Amino acid sequence: MSDHKTMTLTLIVWRQKGPNDPGKFETYTAKGITEHHSFLEMLDVVNEDLIKEGKDPIAFDHDCREGICGMCSQVVNGVPHGGQERTTVCQLHMRTFKDGDTIYIEPWRARAFPVTRDLIVDRSGLDNIIQAGGYTSCHTGGVADGNALLIPKEIADYAMDAAECIGCGACVASCPNSSAMLFTGAKVAQLAALPQGKAEAAVRVCAMTDALKESGFGNCSNHYECEAACPKGISVKFIARLNREYQKALLK
Amino acid sequence: MQITNSAVGRKLLMAITGQLMVLFVIVHMLGNSSIFLGANGINAYAKHLHDLPPLVWAFRFSMLAFILVHAWFGIQVSVENSAATPKKYSVQKHLRATLSSKSMIWTGVIIALFVIYHLLHFTVHAIPGVVTGVDAIGRFDVYTMVVNAFQSGLVPVIYIAAMIAVFLHLSHGVGSFFQTLGWNNANTLPKISNTSRGFSFVLLLGYIAIPVVILAGILK
Ligand code: HEM
Ligand code: FES
Repeated sequence: MSDHKTMTLTLIVWRQKGPNDPGKFETYTAKGITEHHSFLEMLDVVNEDLIKEGKDPIAFDHDCREGICGMCSQVVNGVPHGGQERTTVCQLHMRTFKDGDTIYIEPWRARAFPVTRDLIVDRSGLDNIIQAGGYTSCHTGGVADGNALLIPKEIADYAMDAAECIGCGACVASCPNSSAMLFTGAKVAQLAALPQGKAEAAVRVCAMTDALKESGFGNCSNHYECEAACPKGISVKFIARLNREYQKALLK
Repeated sequence: MQITNSAVGRKLLMAITGQLMVLFVIVHMLGNSSIFLGANGINAYAKHLHDLPPLVWAFRFSMLAFILVHAWFGIQVSVENSAATPKKYSVQKHLRATLSSKSMIWTGVIIALFVIYHLLHFTVHAIPGVVTGVDAIGRFDVYTMVVNAFQSGLVPVIYIAAMIAVFLHLSHGVGSFFQTLGWNNANTLPKISNTSRGFSFVLLLGYIAIPVVILAGILK
């Protein structure tokens, strides 16, 4: 580390003891933060201070801290993951803030994502959607030869772009309707594009969009907030694909 | 799930009925513009339209069906969407949503109220003060009715305000139609959105030209 200039920040953090607690904002001071700290490391520093003072540390979700697992989930100053393009909050660095800043930190807010504690929400609604059809049924047996099924490069790329979703739920968190249509669209499009997924495409799109509704997510109004908030830059073209797949399913 | 319950199916029904109404809105604006040809223009146009009663009624029933289907699902999805978001953020920054996309239900309700008022006014002639007469050759005098209504008072304000609501609704709605039908891709989406806004603005100008020109005393 170069020089050790540090920042002092004011954090206004959502604290909630459990799903039934009404919750409230608490104000904390983050001291000794350098520009090299990630946002989560900054919270680690604050938590250490809280623990030393005998107070309850701020609970937040995290795992890989390298932007690939999709666990971290905080709305920072009104934008999921803090609003730096294609960046999860674990990869957001404190160099994007300056000394004296006030930062609001809230959990994902959606009926389908109940708060478990502080900044942690229960995202099993997304699992329901995947369980409804986000897979391909296949026969067991020997491993198929890697090149037995030829897939054109453009299709493979398209499917990979859709498969970039890490399931963090920022699309839901940013959506004015708390819809999970980007999440669902990415999976529907990825599988419908590939030969392995085509067979079940019609059943899948209906089952997954029904599960979306039943899990308490809203409907898509084409606001496109999701695309802007997605840390993986998943395009809303996959929602358009889902809409096309749904129409094909209607004709079946 | 049935199309009438599905998250996507209902949007599809709304998009198609909405877009059919947009076709009407375009034709209606062009038809109304015959007022700029003077009394002869618009009175002849109105007479031609009403010379075919079965067609007029078929058309009216279709429009009623479209608006009912559209409004029914519009209200239903809007209620669900706000129920899906029970707690709002204390601080929220929208990156892409617009005033127009966020106010669809409100501009929609304003349009519905306006349609009722407009029918009572120029179709049923039940609004006090509306001038109903015939022109020199015995046709219903649409020209005088419209010019008289828009010369002063609250009426032109109501019409202009309603057209602003239509503009906001369609600024988002027309582009949204292409996404809901899936008739776009990452490349065409921004172009379609901008064209949709431009198109809605042209409609706005076309519609408000009539009250504005009458208020200005150019048509009398
Ligand atoms: C009767 C009053 C109306 C109501 C209550 C209403 C309501 C709505 C709502 C709430 C939406 C957004 C749905 C969503 O994306 O979640 C919408 C979309 C739309 N509306 Fe309306 N609307 C009305 C009248 C109209 C009229 C008269 C037109 C056409 C001239 C129209 C054209 C459209 C279009 C094209 C869309 C876009 C559909 C899509 O998202 O794909 N609406 N309307
Ligand atoms: S902790 Fe894994 S993506 Fe942020």
